[in-house]
Amino acid sequence: MGRYLTRKIVIYLITFFFAVTLNWAVPRFAPGDPISMLLSRFSFLEGGREILESFFVKTFGLDQPLLQQYFGFWRSLFAGDLGISISQYPKPVMNIIREAIIYDIIILVPAIILSWIIGNKLGASSGVNKKADNFLMPVFYFLTSSPYFWFALLVSYLLGIVLGIFPTSHAYSATMRPGWNWAFILDFFMHWFMPFLSLFLVQLGGWAIGMRNMIIYETNTNYAKYMESLGASERLIRRYGFRNGLLPQVTGLAISLGTIVSGAVLTQMVFSYPGLGYLMVQAIKQNDYFLIQGCFLFLIIMVLVANFTVDIIYMIIDPRVRHSYAGEV
Amino acid sequence: MAAKGFWKRHENLYFAVTNKKVIFGVVVFLAIVALAIFGPLFTPYGYEEFAGPGYRPPSKEHWFGTTIMGRDVFTQVVYGLRSTLLVGFLAGTIASAVGLVVGFVSGFFSGRAPDEGLMMLTNMFMVLPSLALLIILSAYLPYRGIVTQSLIVAATAWPWTARAVRSQTLSLKSQEFVNLSRISAAPVFRIIREDIAANMFSYVFMVYILQFNGTILSSVGLEFLGLGPTRGISLGLVMQNAVNWNALHLGMWWWTIIPGLILTLLIVSLYFINTGLDEVFNPRLREL
Repeated sequence: MGRYLTRKIVIYLITFFFAVTLNWAVPRFAPGDPISMLLSRFSFLEGGREILESFFVKTFGLDQPLLQQYFGFWRSLFAGDLGISISQYPKPVMNIIREAIIYDIIILVPAIILSWIIGNKLGASSGVNKKADNFLMPVFYFLTSSPYFWFALLVSYLLGIVLGIFPTSHAYSATMRPGWNWAFILDFFMHWFMPFLSLFLVQLGGWAIGMRNMIIYETNTNYAKYMESLGASERLIRRYGFRNGLLPQVTGLAISLGTIVSGAVLTQMVFSYPGLGYLMVQAIKQNDYFLIQGCFLFLIIMVLVANFTVDIIYMIIDPRVRHSYAGEV
Repeated sequence: MAAKGFWKRHENLYFAVTNKKVIFGVVVFLAIVALAIFGPLFTPYGYEEFAGPGYRPPSKEHWFGTTIMGRDVFTQVVYGLRSTLLVGFLAGTIASAVGLVVGFVSGFFSGRAPDEGLMMLTNMFMVLPSLALLIILSAYLPYRGIVTQSLIVAATAWPWTARAVRSQTLSLKSQEFVNLSRISAAPVFRIIREDIAANMFSYVFMVYILQFNGTILSSVGLEFLGLGPTRGISLGLVMQNAVNWNALHLGMWWWTIIPGLILTLLIVSLYFINTGLDEVFNPRLREL
């Protein structure tokens, strides 16, 4: 158990290290000299010189050797200093991200968990029922083949424009004031629903297909045949198959987290839903480099944390991982 | 009689051409490829060219309607499809090749230094959210062509292949015929070529299909964000333009929905080929 976790943590730390290094290196070595562009933009702003002094000297430290610049970058990172946004001057990047990340969490977490659970259940029942299978499989294939943003557009067109039930953009109406009253909560929910639904449905197909194949595979294994010959009911065999099929599905969840977060970025673009992905693309349009870097970093941290959670869940549900590694440390 | 002998020798091929999923997939896939190859012959316009009054739904003159500026959506789709297929082909090939080599080497030397190092790298790339990485790379590259785009898409697409191929190699490695080759002191490359690679052919083919799908999806996502090739047209770009012009709110579903529908059909068709082939190569799945 200890070794399993240590190994995972080491990988995540190295990934984090790599991401930060990339984040530091890309604007410095990329063609087009983004840093000098940044400097020239700052000099037009009021108080730009102070910013130059407080941030550039500390973080970019352009007069220092590269290695020192690099360490400086890490230092300010740990101090929670990600620079100051240009497009929303003079707001610190950290504050902007703190406000945006909530929107990512409220659409991603329910969409991931619900689609995984419901997708697995649907896939399992589709795998043992040929009639349902013939109808459901094409639907699942259609869902899993849709590009996230296109499906979001489709949902937006059908539910938002043709039927006119849900508002098609932003997290809440411009006339609303955020607060704990029913009117706001309802408004918020209406805006939240379509981004959630399109993320949920696209993922659903993939889980269902995976579980369907697992169930068919598991009901053909020797242990299933043995149980059958002992006279176990079909339901019981299926239940064992389902539980065995869940493990690869958990691994699959860990593998696809990156794709799901990418899908969320695109979905947010369609609905102008102000999460990190939307923020990042806006920042790119306005050449707001600090904000781009901050969003990138937090998207990665989000995926790493989610991966780690999945690892822990895997450890809890798979006794082999728990026990085979427990003795070795 | 000769025909019967032929099918006996090529049993897999027989199951492939009689499998409904494979037939459906191949037909749709070929139709879409044909659309990309021959489509431009059926349109008198260029994709940037003013083709008639704007804001027109699909009609006889404009099969997929026109954009708000009066460009022909059909023309844009067929040219965009070319670029998208090309990126999928290039990026899919690179990603499959990298994934195969890494997975192969890693699986063959499992437990030793090359394996540890490669798997570390693979796991690292696996956790990175590909689109975020792509965005940051693309955002700082002011000029991007199809090849650049394929390279950055492939850079984040190979890891799962490496992991899958590694575990496949591991399970093949412990087969008895491989042990026999080892005992008889066959050279390493011969074992890889004759014992392992030969048995993985079907698997590799399916990996390639999935990579093709995955790389098309991520490159279209990039194009939709305006981070695709800086010149030319692509399906993602067509849809980005539509969204920028608020096409859905104006009721212009043909501009937004049709390009994505064709893309989705393309990917569905490849999935069907993949699942069909899975049944062909894996008789246990055929029963249902």
